[in-house]
Amino acid sequence: MVTKLPKTDVVTVGVGWTGGIIAAECSKAGLEVVGLERGRNRETQDFAMKHDELRYALRYENGQDLSRQTLTFRNNSGQRALPMRKFGSFLLGEGVGGAGTHWNGLTDRYSPYDFEIRSKTIEKYGESKIADGLNLQDWGITYEEIEPYYVKFEKMAGISADETPLRGERSEPFPNPAMKSTPAMDLFIETTKNMGLDPFVMPAANNSQNYQNPDGQRIGACQYNGFCERFGCEYGAKASPNITVIPTAEATGNFELRPNSEVIEVLHDGEKATGVLYIDTRTGERFEQPAEVVALTSYTFNNNRLLLASELGTPYNPETQRGTIGKNYCYQVIVGTDGFFDDQKFNVAMGSGGLAATLDNFNADNFDHTDHDFLHGGSILMGQYAKRPIANNQVPPGTPRWGSDFKKQSIKYFNRSINIYTYGACLPHANNYLDLDPTYKDIHGYPLLRMTFDYSDTDRKRGHFLNEQTKKIMQEMGATHVSDNESMEHYDITEYKATHNTGGVIMGEDPETSAVNSYLQMWEADNVFVVGGSAYPHQSGYNATATLGALAYRASEGIIDYSKDGGSLV
Amino acid sequence: MADEKHESKTITRRDFIKKTGYVTGGVVGGGVLGGLLGSEVWNTTTDPEVAPEELQQHDQALQYFKSRADFQVLSSATERIFPADELGPGAIELGVPYYIDHQLAGRWGINDREYRQGPFYKGEPNQGYQTHLKHHEIFDLGIEALEKYSQSTFNERFAELEGKQQDEVLMAFDNDEVDMSVISSSLFFELLRTMTFEGVYADPLYGGNKDMQGWKMKEYPGVQMSYTEEIESEDFVEMDPVSLHKRFNT
Repeated sequence: MVTKLPKTDVVTVGVGWTGGIIAAECSKAGLEVVGLERGRNRETQDFAMKHDELRYALRYENGQDLSRQTLTFRNNSGQRALPMRKFGSFLLGEGVGGAGTHWNGLTDRYSPYDFEIRSKTIEKYGESKIADGLNLQDWGITYEEIEPYYVKFEKMAGISADETPLRGERSEPFPNPAMKSTPAMDLFIETTKNMGLDPFVMPAANNSQNYQNPDGQRIGACQYNGFCERFGCEYGAKASPNITVIPTAEATGNFELRPNSEVIEVLHDGEKATGVLYIDTRTGERFEQPAEVVALTSYTFNNNRLLLASELGTPYNPETQRGTIGKNYCYQVIVGTDGFFDDQKFNVAMGSGGLAATLDNFNADNFDHTDHDFLHGGSILMGQYAKRPIANNQVPPGTPRWGSDFKKQSIKYFNRSINIYTYGACLPHANNYLDLDPTYKDIHGYPLLRMTFDYSDTDRKRGHFLNEQTKKIMQEMGATHVSDNESMEHYDITEYKATHNTGGVIMGEDPETSAVNSYLQMWEADNVFVVGGSAYPHQSGYNATATLGALAYRASEGIIDYSKDGGSLV
Repeated sequence: MADEKHESKTITRRDFIKKTGYVTGGVVGGGVLGGLLGSEVWNTTTDPEVAPEELQQHDQALQYFKSRADFQVLSSATERIFPADELGPGAIELGVPYYIDHQLAGRWGINDREYRQGPFYKGEPNQGYQTHLKHHEIFDLGIEALEKYSQSTFNERFAELEGKQQDEVLMAFDNDEVDMSVISSSLFFELLRTMTFEGVYADPLYGGNKDMQGWKMKEYPGVQMSYTEEIESEDFVEMDPVSLHKRFNT
């Protein structure tokens, strides 16, 4: 039995950053918005006991309930995909605010090079520079065009930073000054300056001071007590949808937040969506929510899975390389170096999720690639994120993994080791894609999403190059011992790297090669907007959140325009 | 710092705000304070002088294991992974075996919130945990296998072996040299190793990290509400650690 509800102007599937931004902007413009979120509601007071590494960081209190739904994974199409039964490589969120509640707060813009990566690469190096199998595509939007939306996101979230050398031009300064720097960050900054590089303090959503955003929402000043990534902020000092865009939407009177509402299908007639089908996860009741506009604002994986399960859009076929849904799945190349300092202790337990020094000299096309057999690069960071004791037992190479010597060394180096690492770009390969798993089902009987992904040779070469840079910097910083370079042989879903999964419903100029236009409006169903990291044609060498925030502001504009005139926005 | 156990639990609202530093951020919503201040701890009074019952470790009994012998195997194994030495206590003194016992009896023991549907295939190591067995079942099999391997190799119970011999046994499990038929011995060992470190360093509320001694060895300050004053310090700042128990009850 399905209960049919009254029609709304806009329904969002998921209420995290993208759903929250769309809810805020559309409801301010007078549209009626319903936000469906499969998890429960959460507020700042729910994080009073969050200084608990075991419960939040290792038992994933804020994570998706994998017993209900997960995805399957294999490195290549010759393997059998198996379910991700436990969390490892990335942290899927659940609940109001989504992953925007438990993120760290590192906030980058992508480079001007990224948005026109194919054109600019060919222009500078010729088409032969693009390795076989790489589906490098322009985004259908330029940096100049997306820049005002970055500004909107940064002001809404109170991003704290001073200057960002080697990044795209800014039309306005950051709304808050940079966060405080620590001795470890200072050492990184000083050392890399001496190496001729251009370090700076990372833009962060952990606000450096009390702040009121243009919507009137207040964000507190960061207390540097750590517990950011995987945790919510008990001070309301880390920008999250819960304390910014969601209350803004609610204040309009035009937004209805419905937690515990799990969308299982997008209903459509082949050309337009008519609404969504969802289940109240507490009562088991099924509802149809008709809507003029359906905005898929879930995480990358669920945006893909819902489209595929609802048979909306043309699935990507890796054999023919035709079709778009599931195409260009990308991740991130993360490598790094631990440095062990025999004669120096750092206050590693202090810090904040967005507190880092970084540099872009080896990112994007900021360095000449003529003599390199890869494209793009990555940002290099020295983070002061507040180390927690269960997860941090770094020991110099050669130390046993347990026992007496391990105990001594892991205790000795807890406050004497720091890490430099990269967010390396990951470029789309024809063999990496998302589709539906033929075997495994979610709790409702719908197929799980299947991820087929491995690093391509160009990713491995980029990773190796970046790892050499992190090692060199760490040595220059005076570490007594440094860790060995990381293996890039095969992607491993069991070790945490980053919650930066992108692609599958990518944006572009051409309906043949992309699923959505630059307003994230689906080419094949013009009242469906698919918003999030799913729209990225490739993964850049930066943190992923600001770009999806900017795109969500642009999509909101598109939805508002579409509601007036209908039709394709481009 | 006074021992937590002997501190009065009665506290005024003003003391609370002063002590926790909850309002140092300036814009803390009423929500955080409201949630804490409204809780029942405000009506609790405990005589700070006489609390002999508290000194007993009532949580040091078995929720999961049935036999002392099995618990002994577990205890000896964790102690080899994190032994007592001149730096401080080892796993047993820190309560790690009780921590693991309690975890096995709870949600972690039954792989709550993990995907449990079949079919089950072995898979590649980078595809992760794929056994149909739950964590608690793996520990049952693992402890049985530790005992069996010790008997067949040294003709002695695991808990009775010399430390070095116990290390040899554990090393064999770690290196996948022991046939556990349904799972690899390294999977069991990895879980045992992980759970041992959790028991050493998780908040004491879970039964391990007794008296925060794991944190003290690591010079980890635990649950501090603000480092705004210290974050830029050139020197290493030593602090007495604070646990969630104190945070919740003061």
